[in-house]
Amino acid sequence: MKVETKKKLDIVFKAFLIITSLSSILVTFAIVLALIEDTIRFFVHPEGGGFPTSLFRFFTETEWTPTFVTKKIGIWPLLAGTFLIASIAMIVSIPLGLIIAVYLSEFASWRVREAIKPWLDFLEAVPTVVYGYFALLAVTPLLQWIFRFFGIEMEGMNALSPGIVLGIMILPFTASMVEDSIRGVPQYLREASYALGASKLRTAFEVVVPAAKSGILASYLLGISRALGETMVVAIAAGMYPNLTINPLEPVQTITGYIVQVALGDLPFLSFEYLSIFAAGFMLFLITLFFNQLAVYFKSKIERY
Amino acid sequence: MIFLFSVALKLFLDGMHRIFKLKFYTSFPSRFPEEAGILSAWVGTLYVMVGAIFWAILLGVPAGIYLEEFGGKGKLARIIEANITNLSAVPSIVYGLLALGIFVYRLNFGESILTAGLTLGLLMLPVIVVATRESLRRIPRAIREASYALGSTHYELVFHHLLPYSIGGILTGVIIATSRAIGETAPLLTIGALTFIAFLPPAPWKDLIGMLKSPFTVLPIQMFNWVSRPQEAFHQNAAAAGFVLLVLCLVLNSLSYYLRYKVRRKYYW
Repeated sequence: MKVETKKKLDIVFKAFLIITSLSSILVTFAIVLALIEDTIRFFVHPEGGGFPTSLFRFFTETEWTPTFVTKKIGIWPLLAGTFLIASIAMIVSIPLGLIIAVYLSEFASWRVREAIKPWLDFLEAVPTVVYGYFALLAVTPLLQWIFRFFGIEMEGMNALSPGIVLGIMILPFTASMVEDSIRGVPQYLREASYALGASKLRTAFEVVVPAAKSGILASYLLGISRALGETMVVAIAAGMYPNLTINPLEPVQTITGYIVQVALGDLPFLSFEYLSIFAAGFMLFLITLFFNQLAVYFKSKIERY
Repeated sequence: MIFLFSVALKLFLDGMHRIFKLKFYTSFPSRFPEEAGILSAWVGTLYVMVGAIFWAILLGVPAGIYLEEFGGKGKLARIIEANITNLSAVPSIVYGLLALGIFVYRLNFGESILTAGLTLGLLMLPVIVVATRESLRRIPRAIREASYALGSTHYELVFHHLLPYSIGGILTGVIIATSRAIGETAPLLTIGALTFIAFLPPAPWKDLIGMLKSPFTVLPIQMFNWVSRPQEAFHQNAAAAGFVLLVLCLVLNSLSYYLRYKVRRKYYW
């Protein structure tokens, strides 16, 4: 091959690389465009009451029924359901994740760690619909059985069981990220603590964990945004009824659950129902974006020793 | 880990009556739970995943090469990098909305295998970019300098040296991304994967366009459909389908571990 042809080929090759890299930006733009455009259409749609009214109703009404004849479009029931389940998930995930991470990085031998890590990876890859099945047909009956001892009847669809399952589901993700940040704590801090006569347990929880707190916080924020965006578990096990409640024993609906419910039906393009899932999705996108940016902020504050 | 075993055990026990029956894998979904099978679901999964892997590799690997090798610390590279980090944190159902709004309605691809493949491909993209970059980073500088010193162009460097040395790492990333994408249900639900498909898409070697345009169903969606039915017997079907999915994921994950182990031993710098 001549040098000239080679040079030309090189330019083509580089152009190809740049174009494919730009495709990722294109995807982001497409997401934002699709969401914003249809969200705007949702707010100007006559069935929602036209522009300023619909926005007002969106944040003040307490019922969410865009698919019914009388359309109420208050987002709060969906938000309440979403955050209720996410907080149950975090209550499960925060202590367990911390314990697993501390154990793996401080106590476990190299051999144990190598044996456990692949399983954590695999847990992360288990399809979420499988977790949903498990929540509905194993965890819920178990909880019902337990609650019956206390004389409480629980409904088949509830927020508690998908919340617990979700917490376990994001566990491998948060645990491995927390472990990474704990491992970033320099050895001399531990040695200083041992030199002062602290036990291993005390060193782990009173020296190492506080030293890694920014990283740990960032991991949990990412975990929260995962729990908020998770779909199948809640669509299967949490019910399909938008319910403004903080009682975990009642059925609730999350933003993602609502999108699934509507998408399962037949959607005429640009109908009010069709547009409503974009408005709900846009809310979800903004919320997860907020948590992600918060995580990025805390990550940038990780102490360098 | 205990949790994982209890999940697998529950699925296995519930679906036992179905898993070992050949008929379950060779029949279409049906109104009668005893006769329902996952033929159209696993064929659909196969087609969709081939499409997704194609798109993800086509866009992800060059993007990774650009960012790691040629982007340097330029402004463009930094923007793309931040962008990819953000994309990887977007909930998967938002990708579904993107696909519904853009691919299905604005570009008129319809609720087809093509749309599904593209959507899952985009979902896999960040993982593959990161995997590509990490395996390129492990190649020492000296290789690049030696190659340039012999007068090679950029594409010669990439195709003769960088790609062959990093292919193991890239493949590992692709397999991990695939095992995640196989279980993704939400984005495909929103673009309108049907849950009751009693025919197979035309074979790609006979009618490629027809296959791409064909409606489809995939394993997780078939399972979701069965779970949400009230009858006990359908739950058995769901459990069996879930077990098949779980085994698929386990196989893919072990494959990626094996590859990583092999690559680690092949090259020493």
